[in-house]
Amino acid sequence: MLNRILTLLIISLTFFNVSAYAATPSEPLWPTLKTAYFGDKEIREAANDLLIIEAPKRAEDAAIVPITVKSLVAQTADKYIKNIHIVIDNNPEPYSANFNLSPELGLIDISTRMRVDQYTFVRAIAEMNDGSLHMVSRFVKASGGCSAPAGKDAAAALARLGKMQIRMRKPTVGKPVQAQVIVSHPNYNGLQFDQKSRLYIDAHYIKNINITYNDKPLISVDTGISVSEDPSIRFTFTPTEAGALSANVVDSEGQKFTHSKDI
Amino acid sequence: MNKLSIPIFGLSALLAISISHACSDYSVKEVSSGIYYHQGVHEEPSENNIGAIANVGFIIGEQCVAVIDSGGSYLEGTHLRQAIKNKTDLPVCYVINTHVHPDHIFGNAAFKGDSPTFVGHEKLPAAIAAREGFFARTFKETLGNAYTGTEFIAPSQTVSLDKPITLDLGNRILTLTAYSTSHTDHDLTVLDNKTKTLWTGDLLFMERIPVMDGSINGWIETMKKMQTMELNFLIPGHGEASSDQWQQGLEKQLHYFTLIRDEIRIIIEDLGTIDQASKQVGILEQNSWELFEHYHRRNVTASFVQLEWE
Repeated sequence: MLNRILTLLIISLTFFNVSAYAATPSEPLWPTLKTAYFGDKEIREAANDLLIIEAPKRAEDAAIVPITVKSLVAQTADKYIKNIHIVIDNNPEPYSANFNLSPELGLIDISTRMRVDQYTFVRAIAEMNDGSLHMVSRFVKASGGCSAPAGKDAAAALARLGKMQIRMRKPTVGKPVQAQVIVSHPNYNGLQFDQKSRLYIDAHYIKNINITYNDKPLISVDTGISVSEDPSIRFTFTPTEAGALSANVVDSEGQKFTHSKDI
Repeated sequence: MNKLSIPIFGLSALLAISISHACSDYSVKEVSSGIYYHQGVHEEPSENNIGAIANVGFIIGEQCVAVIDSGGSYLEGTHLRQAIKNKTDLPVCYVINTHVHPDHIFGNAAFKGDSPTFVGHEKLPAAIAAREGFFARTFKETLGNAYTGTEFIAPSQTVSLDKPITLDLGNRILTLTAYSTSHTDHDLTVLDNKTKTLWTGDLLFMERIPVMDGSINGWIETMKKMQTMELNFLIPGHGEASSDQWQQGLEKQLHYFTLIRDEIRIIIEDLGTIDQASKQVGILEQNSWELFEHYHRRNVTASFVQLEWE
C-alpha cells in the first residue's frame, strides 16, 4: 500500500504540480485525484456517521491551517480505521498525509497543521480494516493579502531543526489523555525558486513520524510537503500501563530525530 | 437649461470619474522638506484600489531622488513615478524596499527605465524567492489589470544586520538600518538625517491592524527600541505620518502584541489549540483596529506556533 501510494505521489507530482502555478482551478480535481490515489475503489462520501473533519472556513495563515479528524466509532480489534488519508485538492501535492492507526487508539482525535495555497477541498478518507473507504470533506477559502505559505523566519527554523517536544496534560493510567508531538523542521516544499542560481531549492521535509507507547505502535504518519513548518501531531490515546511515549522522525534526507516522555 | 445639457453634464462627470480614477487622484503629501508620501487606504488590495494600500513615497536630494517602497502594483508604481516627475526633474537613483510584501514592492518595475539601484535587507532576495510564485499567482487575480507589468526585482545593494549604510542624494544623507526578525525577517528602515524623518516600513501600523509575518517576540523587542528614538517625523507603513502621533501608535501596537502574547502563552501552557486561541485571544482589541477581522486570527495563529518553542 505504502509503495503504491509513493508511486502515485510521484505520478501526482508529475501531473498536477502545474496547479502550483495556475490560477485557482475551476475544474474540480477530485475525480482525477480519486482515481490516482484510490484506483476504481468505491469511496462512500459524506461519511458523517463515522468521521468529523474540522478546518477553519478560511485559511487565516496559508502556512498554518489546523486540521482535525475525529472518529465517532471507537476502534476495536474487529473493526477499526486502519488509515486516514488527507487530501488537499488544490495544493501542489494534493496527497498530504497518511495516518496509520492502531486498533488500540479508542476514539480517534488527531490534529495537524497544513499549508493551504488556495481555495480547496480538504478531505479525510478513512480506510477500514476491511478495506472499505469513507470520506468527509471541508471547503477552505484561501487567505488574503500577504500570507504566503513560506516560512516566516528561515534562519530560526533551520537553527532549531530536529528539536522535538512531547507535550501532554497530566496523564493517568487507564484514562484518555491528549498529547502533542512537535518537530522543528523547515519542511521545505521544493517549490521555492532561488533567484541567484535560477534553480528550485530542494525539497527537504519530514517523511514519517512514528509514535509508539512502550514500543507498541499508536500512530505512524507518512507526511509530504503540504505539512506546515515544524510539523505537529496532536492525538488522544489511553496509556494502559506506566511506560514511555516515543516519537521517531525521519526526513527526506534520511536524518532521524527521536524523543520520548515517561508516563 | 436645455435638454442637451443634462446628458452632456452626465458624460463629463463620467469622464471626470474615470480620469481621476486613472491618475489625478493619486496624491502625495509633503511630510517634511523634500519628503513626500502617498497614504495607502485601509482596505484589502483590489483592482479598484490598484493595491495602493501601503504608504509609499520619495525623498528629493540635490542630486537625485530615492523612492521608498514602490507601490502595490505596477500601476501604482507608474503613478508614484509620475508624482515624482511632477515635483522634480532630478533622476531616481535609488528604489529602497522596506520588505517583501506586495504593497511595498510591486511597483519596482515602473522605475526600471530610470536604472536605479534597488536596495533592501540582506535577506530580502531570499524572501522574494520564497514568495514569488505564490504572489504572482494570487495577485494576478486580486489586482487584475493593475498587476500587468509587475515584476519581482531583488535588490542589487543590500544592508546587513548591525551594519547600517548611508546613501547620499546630494547634500542629503539617508541611513538605512536592517533589523533582526520583527514584522518580517528582513525589515529595513530609512532615516533622513537632515529632517530626522524615519520611514519605518511595516514595523509600525497606525489605525490598520498590524500583520505579524516574522517573529512576535522579535517585533516586541524592536518596538521597545523604537520607543526611545528621537525623531521629528515618522512615516509608518500604514496610516498617517506625523510628528506627534507615532509614539501613541507605537504604544498601541506594542500593547496589542503584548496582550495576545500573554493570552496565547496561557493557552499553550494549558495544552490548548490554535483554534481555541484564535477564538478567544485579543477579542477586546477588535474595535481598536481597521480590518481586525482580516488579520487578527492570522496573527494569533502565526504567534501561537512560535510561542510553542519558548
